[in-house]
Amino acid sequence: MRKYTPKDNVQGKAYYTDRFWVAPRVPRLDVEAESHFADVVKALGRKAKESYVEIGQLVVHIKATENFNVLKILKESCGYTQCSEQSAVDYLAKDGEFELFYQLLNISEAKRVRVVCRIKEGEAIESVQPLFKSANFAEREMFDMFGIKVNNHPFLKRILMPDDWEGHPLLKTYPMIGDEFASWYEVDKIFGKEYRDVIGPENRDPARIDRYDTKRFSRVGYEVPFGADISEGEIENPIEYSETVLVDYTKNSSKQLDERR
Amino acid sequence: MQQPNKLTPFFENLNFEREDNTMVINFGPQHPSAHGQLRLVLELDGEQVVKAYPDIGYLHRGIEKMAENMTYNEFLPTTDRLDYIASTSNNYAYALAVEKLIGIEAPRRAQVIRTMLLELNRIISHLFFVATHALDVGAMSVFLYAFREREFAMDLMEDYCGARLTHSAVRIGGVPLDLPAGWLENAATFCDKIDHEIEHTYGALLNENRIWKMRLEDVGVISAENALSWGCTGPMLRGSGVNWDIRKEEPYELYSELDFDIPVSDRCDSYGRFRLYMEEMHQSARIIRQLIPMYKKTEPQLMAHAPQYISAPKEEIMTQNYALMQHFVLVTQGMRPPKGEVYVPTESPKGELGFYIKSEGEPYAYRLKCRAPSFFHTGLLQELLVGTYIADVVTIIGTTNIVFGEVDR
Repeated sequence: MRKYTPKDNVQGKAYYTDRFWVAPRVPRLDVEAESHFADVVKALGRKAKESYVEIGQLVVHIKATENFNVLKILKESCGYTQCSEQSAVDYLAKDGEFELFYQLLNISEAKRVRVVCRIKEGEAIESVQPLFKSANFAEREMFDMFGIKVNNHPFLKRILMPDDWEGHPLLKTYPMIGDEFASWYEVDKIFGKEYRDVIGPENRDPARIDRYDTKRFSRVGYEVPFGADISEGEIENPIEYSETVLVDYTKNSSKQLDERR
Repeated sequence: MQQPNKLTPFFENLNFEREDNTMVINFGPQHPSAHGQLRLVLELDGEQVVKAYPDIGYLHRGIEKMAENMTYNEFLPTTDRLDYIASTSNNYAYALAVEKLIGIEAPRRAQVIRTMLLELNRIISHLFFVATHALDVGAMSVFLYAFREREFAMDLMEDYCGARLTHSAVRIGGVPLDLPAGWLENAATFCDKIDHEIEHTYGALLNENRIWKMRLEDVGVISAENALSWGCTGPMLRGSGVNWDIRKEEPYELYSELDFDIPVSDRCDSYGRFRLYMEEMHQSARIIRQLIPMYKKTEPQLMAHAPQYISAPKEEIMTQNYALMQHFVLVTQGMRPPKGEVYVPTESPKGELGFYIKSEGEPYAYRLKCRAPSFFHTGLLQELLVGTYIADVVTIIGTTNIVFGEVDR
């Protein structure tokens, strides 16, 4: 049987992992160690499901439906006046969920809090744009990259990708060199669908080398008509490797010893 | 509305047939003042902007996606392409985030070199700002003078790492190289030179220039509350009277040992921000001057000693079998930081540049989010431009100092 490759996470993976390797975890400290963070958790009360300090910053896990209220409390009573960043992490393959985070900054205390919540696939999240205007762009980017809908956002539209794009690039199911839609997008846009056979799909593999590609000016140094043969009778050579480095032990030249010397 | 067909294609610049009297014009993405690839759709009533819509994404290369498909060391040169005006700041912000995640600290000499390079990059970036901002507003000669001094700074970068633009001058755990002979003397000469030039060339040409002040004063006014709400950082925030600099408030590297001031302006307008940039260059030069004697007192070690994550020095790899084996594993498989997440902010020339890294204990980051200051400053444009006149649009874009490498990522 051929090897089965899971399609729910097509990102880069380690080619070898030791069977006994157990990844350690960054230490999570108790919030009581820092009085300011303890006050923040107290102000949130039961809204904070789980809280700890990780690498100097407070992390608070909340329910996704309470995100607006929690951020409102943090802004109005704890002094977190800036939302530095807001985005998501794709855990669809493992848990069927997205993890959303809001990175907040308190300027007077020089403290940072990360508010984390989880939503199921297809669920929407309430916009925090009325509290922090920076969420306007950040939530649009999250929608563009993950397809997470944001309720009551003033202008939820794709931001980095073109408006007529299909698919959400930062999902783990989306391959890095793009999917089939991506390979036809520019051909369809510039020449039209009827030219698909003439031009062919866009090759988005950055490591691909076509030695006899007439479209690459760098190869020949001067302009040639499309499809012209520039090989000058040269036959295509397969890559050969030096035999001085790679020794072929199947050859008769190698001698096998019958007994131990 | 236009009815586009093959004979009369859609003209995106013109859209007159509206019910009200406003005109929609399209600014960019190839406008010389668009600072790269900003497309700005402006709705004008006469000469006044009634609606602005910044359209970004023309330089989107999916850098966050690439981070999920590269090992941690492989990704570092990619960060050069974020804010390509000050590459070392990006390299450093990323390296610092990974170092925090794996819990190591760079050796003293590497810290001195890094801090020097960061401040040199701040000067390079600020000179670029002064030059292009002046050019956008119409002062051609400042552009030439500022680029002249920027060349000297670029020469210093080139002497150190061999590259002028995409430096990759920082590694996770330290720096790759020691300073070449004569570098410190050149840096000291440059600091004196730049101090003199700021005072006597750019300052003399612009600070009290009547036209410059008319074009910049009370243009692009942002209140402190608005600046915080829109996620403004760096000079955009300090230009609104908020005294917030990550180098002072959450010090990293050697900033806690250095003596420097944070200039703050409460004018809230473009002119105040311009003066901030000028003063910050002075402060950067002051920092580099303090670092020169500090360098001489350091031990020659350049990379942190953490064999699990960072390859041993070359002579150990070439002489010791175990170091070679570890190096082989680190190169072929990549380092495996512990599980966890980290958000590390740094003060890049443009503002708060932060990297959020979520690690699942694999050699590839599970998620990497680059918090780019320019991204949020671009978002601010949709509010800041409303009510201003079309002549001020370019000034306001210039004053935000956005770089599209990091807006679109």
